[in-house]
Order: sequence, then structure tokens, then C-alpha cells
Amino acid sequence: MSREDYEVVIGLEVHCELSTKTKIFCSCSTEFGGEPNSHCCPVCMAMPGTLPVLNEKVVEYAVKAGLATNCSIEKNSKNDRKNYFYPDNPKSYQISQFDKPLCYEGYVTIEDEEGNEKKIRIERIHIEEDAGKLNHDDYGRGSFVDLNRAGVPLIEVVSKPDLRSSYEVEAYMKKLKSIFEYIEVSDCKMQEGSLRADVNVSIRKKGAEKLGTRTEMKNMNSFKSIVRAIEYEIDRQIEVVEDGGEVIQETLRWDDISGRTFSMRDKEDAQDYRYFPEPDLVAIKLSEEYIENIRKSLPELPESRKKRYIDDIGLSLKAANFVTSSKYYSLMFDKSSEISGNPKAVSNWLMSDIARILNEKELEPDKIPFTAENLAELVVLIDKGTISNSIGKKVLEELFENPKEPSKIIEEKGWVQISDEGAIKEVVLKVLENNSQSVADYKAGKDKALGFLVGQAMKETKGKANPQLLNKLFIEELKK
Amino acid sequence: MQISKEEVMHIAKLASLNISESEIENYRKNLEEILEFAKTVDSVDTENIGETVGTNENYNVFRKDEVIDYNDKEGLLKNAPSQDEGMFRIPKVIN
Repeated sequence: MSREDYEVVIGLEVHCELSTKTKIFCSCSTEFGGEPNSHCCPVCMAMPGTLPVLNEKVVEYAVKAGLATNCSIEKNSKNDRKNYFYPDNPKSYQISQFDKPLCYEGYVTIEDEEGNEKKIRIERIHIEEDAGKLNHDDYGRGSFVDLNRAGVPLIEVVSKPDLRSSYEVEAYMKKLKSIFEYIEVSDCKMQEGSLRADVNVSIRKKGAEKLGTRTEMKNMNSFKSIVRAIEYEIDRQIEVVEDGGEVIQETLRWDDISGRTFSMRDKEDAQDYRYFPEPDLVAIKLSEEYIENIRKSLPELPESRKKRYIDDIGLSLKAANFVTSSKYYSLMFDKSSEISGNPKAVSNWLMSDIARILNEKELEPDKIPFTAENLAELVVLIDKGTISNSIGKKVLEELFENPKEPSKIIEEKGWVQISDEGAIKEVVLKVLENNSQSVADYKAGKDKALGFLVGQAMKETKGKANPQLLNKLFIEELKK
Repeated sequence: MQISKEEVMHIAKLASLNISESEIENYRKNLEEILEFAKTVDSVDTENIGETVGTNENYNVFRKDEVIDYNDKEGLLKNAPSQDEGMFRIPKVIN
């Protein structure tokens, strides 16, 4: 039997740090970085006698996230206490939500590998506090606890087990990331851990009703490792089953370096969190009016933008998907299109060269160093024939290294396209003189020779000759 | 209310307590008594009483999202048995 005989079932718990200024239960800053334990107070350090007070923005942001993902909002919500010991968890419990999450029963739409729309159901979104950070040194002197992150607000988005491949998982996470960026509830920086996922994977024979036993991989924070880890885990589980064994329900740790998962057996029997209503906090009651005001405040979401780009601007589905995949792409797209009047060219630059360079530099779209005005000017310079498309690519590379107005770049670098007929003709004549064999070939009917001659002329002008003009003049001269 | 020896050991493990074999019976009896006492609430008639959300009548006690720096890191770390470079130093945790 092979992989084709099995169906993969994946459910995700996505943790997303909210971009509030302060922590969920105290007034400490949530800023990333900073000296260890510098964003701490007696509350987030769990000193005896301290009491938590809920940050109103946390409720607002979570409701926003719920509405943007088609969830129902719980009008009678509350917090619950989840008990476990771990040194990054100073209270020995985490304040979370158990049976009354703020948001429930929503969905987001993704595109599967065949390009078909697919709904991924969301079971719930609840609010909770993040844990601190443990640092280890190489000398075995111990571990070191930094509680700056302890108490940073999170939403946990729990999906139904609707995902069927690593491709869909990536699409789903990217969709959540893009929605949360648009509605400005999180910066979703994966390198900083603001967006991370616990991934539950199981397999079953195709056609089987019953779900297979799942394994869980916690705290995955890059798309690349998530995809690799899922692929590895699918193969591992199929192998176990094919060999007549049984998949054990366990928590696994993915190791990016060795490219495999490891069992974390020590925590196996500790999954008894003894949830109970948090006695230090009061209930959260939300009125219809409160919820509707938040609904009205939502900006245009990626789905609706996508439709607009396709219907009104005429982008392809692929281009519209790409441009709306990040708030930063679509903001740049809107502005550059408006200035340049050429949305298709703008979307092409974003999809091809800009995405490629970001990928090479391992940067997120919010790190594009130049402005929408710069991109618009680049498009206009090409449209006007001031520079060729290939020079345009060089200008873009330069925009990433040393952002300034493209017109200044081409001036400084001497990249302005030569469109002066007299100057080009000179080059053409020179090339014809030096390549008599190619001229003979062309006259003997070998059309390819023209391409060679044009190439030589481009070389001569360092790529700056206007290609249309060059072609025209060559043909004129060769006809003589 | 019956509590088994295994339940006592499970609870001890969850609480990270090391209890000796000889202590188990004592804890078992204590826990049974506590549950017996708590059973008193079962006698209350809750037939027409709605669900309780939250542990008191109050609701929506919120804080504004405004940063207040605590500014006493030294004080926060003062009672730590061991510290290093501004962090709590603890026995090595392998994960």
C-alpha cells in the first residue's frame, strides 16, 4: 500500500499574540525584546496577593478576530484556570477559557491544491495568557527564566479537523495571518513567535469513518518547518500502520536540523489540567450593541478585496490571491496602481520579482524597504519607455539595497534607455560591420541571426538600447 | 465518597508532591472527608436556578490598555534563591 491509500486528517491550534500595548492582566508593556524581566510587575510574576484585571482591548481584539472569521460571539463568557507546573508559568496555572470561549463556530475559506474553494471550520477562539521564556546556557549552569512574555495576550484559534494536507495547513495559516494583519489585532510575526501552531496529525484508510489516533506537534513557528514536520509525520504514521503497529497518542517535538520528530514521553500522563472557573476574575458580558459596533469597525477583509480586484480591476485569480495574501502587499498594490494607472504591471512586480527577493532575503512583506510611490514610478518609467523591462529589474534590486526614487537611480547609474534613433543607428551599423557572417546568414534565410545581432547591440549599449527601435533599424539596414 | 489509593497518588503527582507509602492512607481518608463535606451543596434545590457564569455577581471589570512601568526589577528579583543576568536561575530544564 502507498500514501494514496490513506487520508490525512489535520487539526490546528493557532496561537496568535495580540498587539495590545499592555499585557492581558496587568499594565506591563508587551513590547518584544527588552532586557530580561524588564516588562514585569508583581502581577505577571505571580507574587502572592496580587490580582489580575482584564485588559478591555483583549476582549475587543478577540471579538474582532471572531467576527472576521465568521464566528458567533459568546455573550456570557468567562475565564478559567488551567493548572500545570512548568518553570515558564509562574502562577503554576494559566488563565485561559474552557467552556465559554469568546468566539465559536466560525470558518475561513482557503483554496486547495486544485484551486477549489474550501471552508475550514473554526471550533472556537479563546483568550489566554502567554508563558515566559526559558533560556539555557551551554555550560550546564542551569536554566534562566525571563518573564517579559508572561501575560502577553494570546488568542487560540482551534480548527475542526478539516485540513487534509500540509498544503492546506499552510494555506489556512496564511489566511488567518492575513486576516489578523488586516484587522490589526496582531502583527503575526512568526520569527518573533507572535504566530505559532500546535499541529494534530492523524491518518486513516481512505473511506474509513473513524478518525485515526493523532499525534501533536507543539509550538511550530515557521511555514517551512510546519510543512516538513507534517510530511514527515504522515510518512511515519503510515509506516507504523503498514508494519502492523499502532500510532500512539503522544506529543512530539519536531527537530528542524535532523528533520524528524521525537517523542516527549515525560509529559504524556500530565494532561489533566483540572480546569475550573477563575475565581480572581468576574464574568464577561457582551451586549448586542458592543458586538455590532465592532462588526461595523472591521476594515475590508481579504475575501472581499479579492473579489474587487478580480471583478473591477481584472486581475487573474492567482494575482488577486497573491496580492491579498498580505495586508502590506495589498496596501502597496492599491497605492501604486492608483499612481501608475497600471495595476496589472504592479501586481506582476509584486508576484514575481518582489516576492522572489523577499523570499531570498527571508523577509516578510512588511519589510519591503521602498514605498508604493517608488514602485509606481518604476512602472511608469517602463511604460513611458524611459527604461526597458530588464533595466527595471535592476532598478528593483537597487530599490531593495538602497531605496530612493527610481528616476534618481537610473540617472546615477546611467541606465536611461537610448531611444535616440541616430545614436542607435550608429551602433547598428557598427555591429553589422563586425558580424558579416551573421549578416550573410540572415540574408540566406536564417532568421535567428537577427537575434544574435540585436544581442550584440545590447551588449554594446549595456542593455540600454530601446529594443523595439533596435529591431526596426536592424531590419531596415538588412533589407538594404 | 470513595477515593482510591491510585487517585491519591495521581493527585500527588499532579501537585508534584512526593508522598511515602505510609502517608497515602492518611491522605486518602482526609480527601474522602473533604468530599463528604462538599457533598452538602448537593442538597440545595437548583431546579429553577439559571447557570452561573463567574464566581460573583459582578461582571465586566476591565482595565484600560495603558502602559504603567513597574520600574523595580531589582525588587522583583530580590527574593529569588538564585539569579543571573537579571533572570531567575533554576535547575536545568530539558525539553
